[in-house]
Amino acid sequence: MEPFRNVTGIVAPLDRSNVDTDSIVPARFLKRIERQGWGETLFYDWRRRPDGEPDADFVLNQPGYENASVLVAGRNFGSGSSREHAVWALRQHGFRAIISSSFADIFHKNCFENGLVPVIIPEERARELIIRAKEGPACELTVDLERCELYDDRGFRSSFVIHDDPATHEFRRHCLLNGLDDIDLTLQHEDQIAAFEKKRPTWLEPAHSDA
Amino acid sequence: MFDKIWDAHVVREEPDKPSLLYVDLHLVHEVTSPQAFEGLRLSGRTVRRPDLTVATVDHNVPTIDRLNIKDEISRKQLEALKQNADEFGIRFYGIESDRQGIVHVIGPELGLTRPGIVIVCGDSHTSTHGAFGAFAMPIGTSQVEHVLATQCLVQARMKTMEVRVDGSLPRGVTAKDMILGIIGQMGVDGATGCAIEYTGEAVRGLSMEGRMTVCNMSIEAGARVGMVAPDETTFDYLGGREFAPKGADWDVAVESWKRLPSDPGATYDKTVTIDAAGLEPYVTWGTNPGMVVPVSGCVPDPESFPTNAERAAAERALQYMALEPRTAMQEIRLDRVFIGSCTNARIEDLRAAAAVAKGRRVANGVRALVVPGSTQVKIHAEEEGIDRIFTEAGFEWREAGCSMCLGMNPDILQPGERCASSSNRNFEGRQGKGGRTHLVSPQMAAAAAVAGHFVDIREWDVS
Repeated sequence: MEPFRNVTGIVAPLDRSNVDTDSIVPARFLKRIERQGWGETLFYDWRRRPDGEPDADFVLNQPGYENASVLVAGRNFGSGSSREHAVWALRQHGFRAIISSSFADIFHKNCFENGLVPVIIPEERARELIIRAKEGPACELTVDLERCELYDDRGFRSSFVIHDDPATHEFRRHCLLNGLDDIDLTLQHEDQIAAFEKKRPTWLEPAHSDA
Repeated sequence: MFDKIWDAHVVREEPDKPSLLYVDLHLVHEVTSPQAFEGLRLSGRTVRRPDLTVATVDHNVPTIDRLNIKDEISRKQLEALKQNADEFGIRFYGIESDRQGIVHVIGPELGLTRPGIVIVCGDSHTSTHGAFGAFAMPIGTSQVEHVLATQCLVQARMKTMEVRVDGSLPRGVTAKDMILGIIGQMGVDGATGCAIEYTGEAVRGLSMEGRMTVCNMSIEAGARVGMVAPDETTFDYLGGREFAPKGADWDVAVESWKRLPSDPGATYDKTVTIDAAGLEPYVTWGTNPGMVVPVSGCVPDPESFPTNAERAAAERALQYMALEPRTAMQEIRLDRVFIGSCTNARIEDLRAAAAVAKGRRVANGVRALVVPGSTQVKIHAEEEGIDRIFTEAGFEWREAGCSMCLGMNPDILQPGERCASSSNRNFEGRQGKGGRTHLVSPQMAAAAAVAGHFVDIREWDVS
């Protein structure tokens, strides 16, 4: 996985809470078996009118926000299904960080697996950032994961965490900074997995009765 | 109970790092797995425990003429799972199999789901299996790949939340109403970061099907895990099922399962208590499952919400749902009715809905669909004559699958159509672009189909 240290980019405001993964990537697109090509599906039904034309009212269609690399949204971002496609779509559209006061659990975990930084700041600071970002696409913000700070050149500054639990925050930060992959880490402990398997009681195995 | 299961599955634990937990059962479906299998191939890895991995097809499967899949992309995804299962030696229940069905319906019915085990699946409704006192957690595709490769889950210990439902459910109030009432009270992120244990007399009084309905929608309150302690109801359900322990193993298993329930005086990080007597049949009015009112109530006025964010969300939801504030829920007219999904498509759900439909007719202008959760449920229902009750009442009787719960197969709402649905999510576009979903119990859905609008099932004579 590509390491993440910091990113500076335009902030797109999505002034909604409880943004769900069906809105991030509608289910009808999930039939594809590839891992690429998801950027186009991002917020599809919000980005396009029923006739398929871009909806000029939606923030990502407004001039200057097309190249935003940071998204700031209301609380509980990413609620709903486990579809990792939602994170792939955000990443492949060009987002490197999502800022909110809280993330839904499955989406939150999926972010770490894909180098998308879930930036958690207090609700009133997220609100402040949404208002600033709505003023225009001039708002360039730096997300600095080494120092866990957000700042712009117009005086906004906030520290952040990427998980409310301090140990998980630190572990996930370390993994993101170094681009570490969970499978590689786990396979270093193959001997312990094998030892655990040896002591599992046999009645735990599905009884292969093949009726 | 959470700690007992957790501790029995720790492969490795270090301070300040997530633990490595052993996974006893990995359920796989076609949507969230192809990229994981591809990842294994690209890195030259294999499936560590194909014998603990079971795959089926559900999300894409058409519910009529299902061997003739017209959507090329869907067909490729279904074929990919079969090829992956063959290549890696995984037990696979395809479209032709009489064991096929929604992954959260077949796990329990085949006896694969058992108390005390760790279950994962690339699907947010994996918490369903927690109804058996299992630790069952949804995972994303990267984690699916991780579990395939290592049979382990990387997970930090979660906070625990007790949701205790005291007393007993009033007549006409179901497990679905219980969980909708809980979500309405806690909000859609009220249990974020937590594993829920549902306790209390009303939960104890539920059948396994009812417990599965409650645990299923834990994620709609923000929790990845929802569980109910195993008891005689659990053991009675499991005994004799295809993959359940047999003979002497059964006795050993039951002894072990009896030690799982939380000890008296066990503490939780949070406790929420609910009085079952205060629960009613519920209907959602908005675009998330927390936007819910009793069927006796009205569409709320956005002005009645305390914060700007909630007012804005309510206004947006009412605009999408094309509803006016203060409209009585029972005046809302419907175009479609869907009885199905991993929340409410088990035999007991279909029996309850059939009891409402029996001797009645679907209203003019309403199209109503009944989709069994698995092929086994379908066979069972047909043996009982449930299919005929529905078809005689004007409902369509279909083959097993996820169907209209999510717009991934031919069963979708058209833009602007309004649907009473026994499923779990009323998000914008969930049942098809522009579709408007109201979540209800299967009984309430059946009654709404007959009346053409929502009705209070408590006022109906249902035998």
